[in-house]
Amino acid sequence: MATVDLKDVRKVYGGRIEAVKGVSIAIPDGSMCVLVGPSGCGKSTLLRMIAGLEEITEGTVSIGGEVVNKKGPAERDIAMVFQNYALYPHMKVYDNMAYGLRNRGMARDEIDRRVREAAATLGLAEFLERKPRELSGGQRQRVAMGRAIVRSPKAFLFDEPLSNLDAKLRGQMRIEIKNLQKSLGVTSVYVTHDQVEAMTLADTLVVMNQGLAEQIDTPMAIYERPASVFVAGFIGSPAMNLLAATGGEPGKGLKLAGGAVVKPRDTVLPEAGREVLLGVRPEHMTLVSDRNNADIELKVTAVETLGADTLAHGHPVAGDLRSGELIARLPGSVHVADDDVLPLAIQPGMAHIFDAASGRRI
Amino acid sequence: MAEVARGASMAAALGRREEGGMLGVSRASRYTAHAILIVGILIVAFPIYYTFVASTHSLQTILRPPLPLVPGGRFWENYTTALFGGIGRIGGVDVGTLLFNTTVVALAIAVGKIVISILSAFAIVFFRFPFRMFFFWMIFVTLMLPVEVRILPTYKVMVDLGLIDTYTGLTLPLMASATATLLFRQFFLTIPGELVEAARVDGAGPWRFFKDILLPLSKTNIAALFVILFIYGWTQYLWPLLVTNRNDMNTIVIALRKMISFADADTQWHLVMVTCVLAILPPILVVVLMQRWFVKGLVETEK
Amino acid sequence: MSPRVVFPNKLLPYLLLAPQVAITLVFFYWPASQALYQSVLREDPFGLNSAFVGLANFRRVLSQPSYIDSVQTTAIFSVATALLAMVVALLLAVMVDKIIKGRGFYRTLMIWPYAVAPAIAGMLWLFMFNPTMGTFAYMLRSAGYSWDPLLNGPQAMTLVIAAAAWKQISYNFLFFVAGLQAIPKTLIEAAAIDGAGETKRFWTIIFPLLAPTTFFLLVINTTYAFFDTFGIIHAVTGGGPGKATETLVYKVYNDGFVNLNFGDSAAQSVILMVIVIALTAFQFRYVERKVHYG
Repeated sequence: MATVDLKDVRKVYGGRIEAVKGVSIAIPDGSMCVLVGPSGCGKSTLLRMIAGLEEITEGTVSIGGEVVNKKGPAERDIAMVFQNYALYPHMKVYDNMAYGLRNRGMARDEIDRRVREAAATLGLAEFLERKPRELSGGQRQRVAMGRAIVRSPKAFLFDEPLSNLDAKLRGQMRIEIKNLQKSLGVTSVYVTHDQVEAMTLADTLVVMNQGLAEQIDTPMAIYERPASVFVAGFIGSPAMNLLAATGGEPGKGLKLAGGAVVKPRDTVLPEAGREVLLGVRPEHMTLVSDRNNADIELKVTAVETLGADTLAHGHPVAGDLRSGELIARLPGSVHVADDDVLPLAIQPGMAHIFDAASGRRI
Repeated sequence: MAEVARGASMAAALGRREEGGMLGVSRASRYTAHAILIVGILIVAFPIYYTFVASTHSLQTILRPPLPLVPGGRFWENYTTALFGGIGRIGGVDVGTLLFNTTVVALAIAVGKIVISILSAFAIVFFRFPFRMFFFWMIFVTLMLPVEVRILPTYKVMVDLGLIDTYTGLTLPLMASATATLLFRQFFLTIPGELVEAARVDGAGPWRFFKDILLPLSKTNIAALFVILFIYGWTQYLWPLLVTNRNDMNTIVIALRKMISFADADTQWHLVMVTCVLAILPPILVVVLMQRWFVKGLVETEK
Repeated sequence: MSPRVVFPNKLLPYLLLAPQVAITLVFFYWPASQALYQSVLREDPFGLNSAFVGLANFRRVLSQPSYIDSVQTTAIFSVATALLAMVVALLLAVMVDKIIKGRGFYRTLMIWPYAVAPAIAGMLWLFMFNPTMGTFAYMLRSAGYSWDPLLNGPQAMTLVIAAAAWKQISYNFLFFVAGLQAIPKTLIEAAAIDGAGETKRFWTIIFPLLAPTTFFLLVINTTYAFFDTFGIIHAVTGGGPGKATETLVYKVYNDGFVNLNFGDSAAQSVILMVIVIALTAFQFRYVERKVHYG
């Protein structure tokens, strides 16, 4: 058990391509840190630098307070779960789990004890004599987990471990991983591009974009106060609506690109003339009965009925395409049809204002 | 490169579809097919069969054509005579030595090639080092330099190194070739990078990875290649012809050729035929008994 | 894509490569460079002096009638061997693709010749067609045909072609069978539904789809006929009668080893190298295209 600390970690390939541009994260002992971001954002590179599979160009990685930059992956006392499981195809499940322990010269009976214990925890006891190809996807996933558990390492590293499973199994394994990590109390770093996985698993969530950590916080804090347009768009589904706007005269609200004026409540508004983006999550817009109480009117162009919810797609009536698309999440009981005009109110305090140029939260 | 991958899918296809005939093939045309195949087999297998037939007849029968189509009654007599000194009287070297030489050559070439190739493919795929691609191309280009195009200077090298009439001379120069290295490289490239990473996290260094993971995974490829290379070694001709002067260093193929070229009226043809059978039999056994590996190896290396 | 992760060792890869590189340098590159070097030298018959003569050796070799004859002989031999071996193999492979029972049996018998050394293949055929004791020679003569491959050039050529093609049938057969089985069955079914009969299906669907295999085998068979058949020629005809079966490779050997004409032999070696390089380049270019065919 140990803390994992990254200080200004950078990765440059071939002296030119900067994959990770200086990331610092402090992961407390026993907690789960999830790195999330689109492909190519540098999250996997970062994980592989923690693992020792990739050289660190600059900065330091410490595990348990000790700088491990110069250590090979085997010496860092970490265990890793891979996207494609990376089980040794010619070895039985038992040997797959035991291999790392044998390489460390552990006593046979201790290996046996650990493998059987891990197998029991993961429900793999009856599969120990099988080869990986005789197992289902979920079982292989468990073997990969088992291989990490038996090592009792200082840290678990997960590299998109669930992306090869079907949706149902993924949901199930997500919960298993969460519970296992909690009960074992092992510090973990988990890489994913799936924001649902990220939200549900993380103690600390790191949203990465183009080699930088855009925001590091708890999942709820990130959802509630995204630090940038990128984070706002990446966390939450459907994504947050972003409308181009300019700051109006004091007390007059915001001018949308199409000319309409919006005045969200309980929100600090930008100074007059400043180019901004107004962000509102689809679930934070409420259908009101009176047009006069509406902050914004939505002209519907498409409807998705999901059962519990209905998603109304369209654009602001007073605006045009320049002000952007708009999606509202309404209760499933509301009947909406194409070409309807919906009067919507933004829930108090639920509007986010970002600087149009920098994309940062104001 | 790409061709090896295609070979793999072809080999897979060979394994499949053993069961069904093609759709819409009438009964009549199936019978025709069998008839043509039987004729084909007669052509393809006949020369070998006929050699065996000749080896079971007496010298007089052989010298007075036509030779019967069925084996004669001298099987034991001819084979025991040939094996216990008879062949030695013709070529000056007993058949045991010849078979021993040929086996040594075939095994050494097959094993040596596999070892050398798997090591260099391992280096090229699993390490990054200066001049890596230079070495790769250097090995690749040997594809274009078969013995046949550099006979004389290679012979001179053998003389300078004192390798004439040695097992080293018979085998070592044939151990380096691009084909096996390319095959192993191709196979190694299909091994997922994650497996290497997992091994490293599990504390395996290069040697452990090679021994515990790479070798077991390469088993079928090694077996396939072994069959191909054993045949390759056994059937060598030009090379042993060049680097052996002493009869007792000959392979059986070369010895046979010498027996025939010195043939006169007194040649013991029935014993030559026995030698012929003995020269053909071991590689045929290897091919037939290890047919599965052989077909896989052949189609994949496309040698 | 190659595995991104590699082992960090610096010295080890060189050690692993060392055996192959050493053998390659000593037995491939050094002799090949010697061949290049000697091809521009002229040595006196006693090997005491040598002088740089530029491309004179090439000019002389290429203007020798015997070399031109040898080129012609090689061309006839290679084309005939490749065609014969491929046509027979294709026919047999197509037949085996039609049948249900006995595939394994036919295949097992069909692959025997692969295991036979080319030189021995030649000897087997010589044994059957040898004018003094060959059964088939006897039958030909009984039928009134004057058969003597030891004296008649074209007959000698026919014999070595037959032996060379015979040995290569196994190889071609296996590849054609694999090629046929790689053709999606649904295509054949679609053609059958479109009303194409067996023969028509072969020529309009199967044969065109087999083109990559055929093409590949053509290159391989040509290479085989060029280089690997040395043993057959050496064991059966020794290039004769006259020089009727003297192929280029046999001539290199003969001029160098028997006639000890090093400059000419080296120049011929270099010409052969160019041919191999062309064939190999052709083969790899073709493989590239093949990938696009899917």
